[in-house]
Amino acid sequence: MEPATQARLSQLRGNAPAKRHNARTVAALTGNPGCARRAVLDAAGIDKNALAAQVGFPAKFGQSQFAITRGNSFEAQVKANGYAQLVRMLRETLGLDIEEVGSKDLETVGGNESQELRHIRARQALQAAVEGREPLTFLDHPLLRLDVGGNNVYLEPDLVAFHHDGVLHVVEIKSFAIIDDQADGSKVAAAARQSAVYVLALRRLLGDDRVSHDVVLVCPKDFSNQPTAVKIDVRKQLIILDHQLTRLARIESLVELLPPGVSLDLATHTREELLTTLATMEARYEPSCLNSCEMAYLCRHEAAGCTSALGATVREELGGVETVARALELAAGRAVPSVEENDAAAMLRNTARIYGSVAPA
Amino acid sequence: MSAISSYARALAVDGGRAFPIATRRHVHIAGEPLVLIPLTMAGEANAPLAAMVGTRRDDPALLIVPQPRNRDLRFAFADELAAVVLRYVEDRTRQGIETYGKNQDPRYLDAPQLLVPNPGGVGFVRLFGRSTRFRRTTGEYAVSPDVPLLGRWLSFLAERAEHPGSSALLPMTSALNLHWATGQSSLEDTNLAATLGWITSGPDAAREAEDPTVWPPAGPSTDPTFDNEILAPALRQWDEGRHERARALLDRDLRTQLEPTWRLMWQAIDLLRALPAGDSVDARWTEDRNEFTSYYMYVNSGGYPQPRRDQAVAAARRLQRLEREQTAFDATLALDDPLVMANYRVTGEAFAGTVVESEPDRKVPGDKGRRVLRPLLVVRSDDPLRLTVGTDVVSPGRRKQVAKILEIDGDRVTLQIEKGMTVAPTPAVGEEITYTSVFPEGMQSPKLPTAEDTPWTHGGPPQPYVASDDDAREVWE
Repeated sequence: MEPATQARLSQLRGNAPAKRHNARTVAALTGNPGCARRAVLDAAGIDKNALAAQVGFPAKFGQSQFAITRGNSFEAQVKANGYAQLVRMLRETLGLDIEEVGSKDLETVGGNESQELRHIRARQALQAAVEGREPLTFLDHPLLRLDVGGNNVYLEPDLVAFHHDGVLHVVEIKSFAIIDDQADGSKVAAAARQSAVYVLALRRLLGDDRVSHDVVLVCPKDFSNQPTAVKIDVRKQLIILDHQLTRLARIESLVELLPPGVSLDLATHTREELLTTLATMEARYEPSCLNSCEMAYLCRHEAAGCTSALGATVREELGGVETVARALELAAGRAVPSVEENDAAAMLRNTARIYGSVAPA
Repeated sequence: MSAISSYARALAVDGGRAFPIATRRHVHIAGEPLVLIPLTMAGEANAPLAAMVGTRRDDPALLIVPQPRNRDLRFAFADELAAVVLRYVEDRTRQGIETYGKNQDPRYLDAPQLLVPNPGGVGFVRLFGRSTRFRRTTGEYAVSPDVPLLGRWLSFLAERAEHPGSSALLPMTSALNLHWATGQSSLEDTNLAATLGWITSGPDAAREAEDPTVWPPAGPSTDPTFDNEILAPALRQWDEGRHERARALLDRDLRTQLEPTWRLMWQAIDLLRALPAGDSVDARWTEDRNEFTSYYMYVNSGGYPQPRRDQAVAAARRLQRLEREQTAFDATLALDDPLVMANYRVTGEAFAGTVVESEPDRKVPGDKGRRVLRPLLVVRSDDPLRLTVGTDVVSPGRRKQVAKILEIDGDRVTLQIEKGMTVAPTPAVGEEITYTSVFPEGMQSPKLPTAEDTPWTHGGPPQPYVASDDDAREVWE
């Protein structure tokens, strides 16, 4: 990233410490790649949760301590005793002949280490493993780096990469259950998207042929705490992710659109000032943002009266007309359609006439 | 989603209230439905935390699990829920029995109907059924005999919920969204309080519904803040051995989480009951009664619990049946309700208009040379006409009278009545009429082999399912 852009983003954030990206936020970013507001806020490392609360539209997805406890204890259990359960599963469930088990935890080396240093150390260990210089099977918590819209983001990963025959596999440990070989489709899809982020970051680091597109998902089996493992092919997610990341508007060009000198420092700005600054960053609200973005309630408020706030399908069925008011004017024949609106207007007038002929008054 | 429902959503945004997308009620609401609001503990696999359940709005039972991570306490909850559900199921059979068909098959006059707040509630019923139906009543981890029986009934109801047109287990949000379009997205419609807010009040009520301190979530997931600030300390009391105190706290706090949703459920029942039932609702409920009767008799004759997975032929048959039921459901809804039919008029699969010419006595040469009665009529319609010449159509008021489109000229459609001239008089000049090509019996399914002839591609003939000890021997810790 250019130093000038870096400086603008840092100014935008103010004195607050920068929030880190993780695989979930990168995956979410590719879910709505057209949203400039989210791209800029994430690139600047702004605490969206605090910002949304400050402007009066707090996010509504807190995490229950029960879910966190369960997730942590399940992960610890799978990794306990030198990865004993994990090794057994990889052997039995996936039929891999893993002999030696060497492992390395790359989380910390005592004291405060810069991200850059941690990343270098992770890279060295991963390279040594795939080149066979070190007998390492499990590599825990490697710090990865990925270019997101011209911005190098470090991924604080919560994963084990396991190495087998010169190829690395990503292992994703999740605490949702697989019951009778079936799991919640949306949770599996989210896990696959996140794993794809790790696979992509690892591939950029080590080369495509060194990292498998098959990731291993480890979940509790049925209603127990016993882990079970399945392989998931994330090729499709990788293609989408790669495509979206290259398509992401370069962060430089988005930053250039900001008025000079603006800042979103919560300590020094009033609610009105923050809202004015946010208004300079174009958002692209869709209902699914409510599940994935902290700013969603503000964006929904701004999008009130837009057909897209009702969902992409509704917007399409209203002929792609941008606002509800315009769609209803065209439907009632109160407005003269533009050339592009002609087809939509005819369809809407017809729908309105038929609805009106049978709907109760 | 359809052009009509999207347009109604636009009207709702503009008008500040929900707009109807049906003029009749298309689900059955039992005289005595069993309302169930389940709550689960975050992070666990469908571990019950509490449930509010009952058939009377002024008398709900509150069941709680004082420590959802404890297996014995979960099954104590299952036992309590079983007492309610099994008594309810037994009571259905006391309403009497009838016989039908040429074999004089028996059929109970009533059947169970379970109402839950949202699709998540259906998921709870399915998974709780799965986690209880294989449990053993002897040996290690023995449970009360009612527990596996509860599992089978919950599994039965969850299976019925997948059949289009069944009212055996209904998520209330889906039932409401079948009849009203709100001014929000379908994602937001899964919030019961918000959907009801749009129907009974307006957008402000829907916004307020998103505040978990005003309207606690309708389950099965609880509000994370409630978990962290209220539930966690109460569970700690239990873990530290102060059981009485823990129960008292949980009873009070979980009641405040469940009671608002309980009231909403009955408000929704009132709203649906106020709509006049569609003509086919009773026939669909009869199918639910049939299924209930045969499952009740199967259970009482010592049948096995439902298998974990369907076998190939059974799965293919089931899928075929679901497709057929979906086609029939879509078509009968339209024939029962002009506002549902409006969807097909927009897409051109139906048209409404005025009869401008009618020849009830018209005769044409038939196949055998004799002159046969083939009444003719011309309908003038403003609807977009996309049906083609030669298509068979029926009219909602004359479902047994099939007409064929002979000619379309501008806004005039010429039809010849082919079948059922005697079931209803030929539409007369000046009559308003709707014709559609959407038939309830429209779907042709290929014939499937018997289970013994399952081809090798589908694993060959399956071993008959016998509930094994493996099913019961599940790891729980």
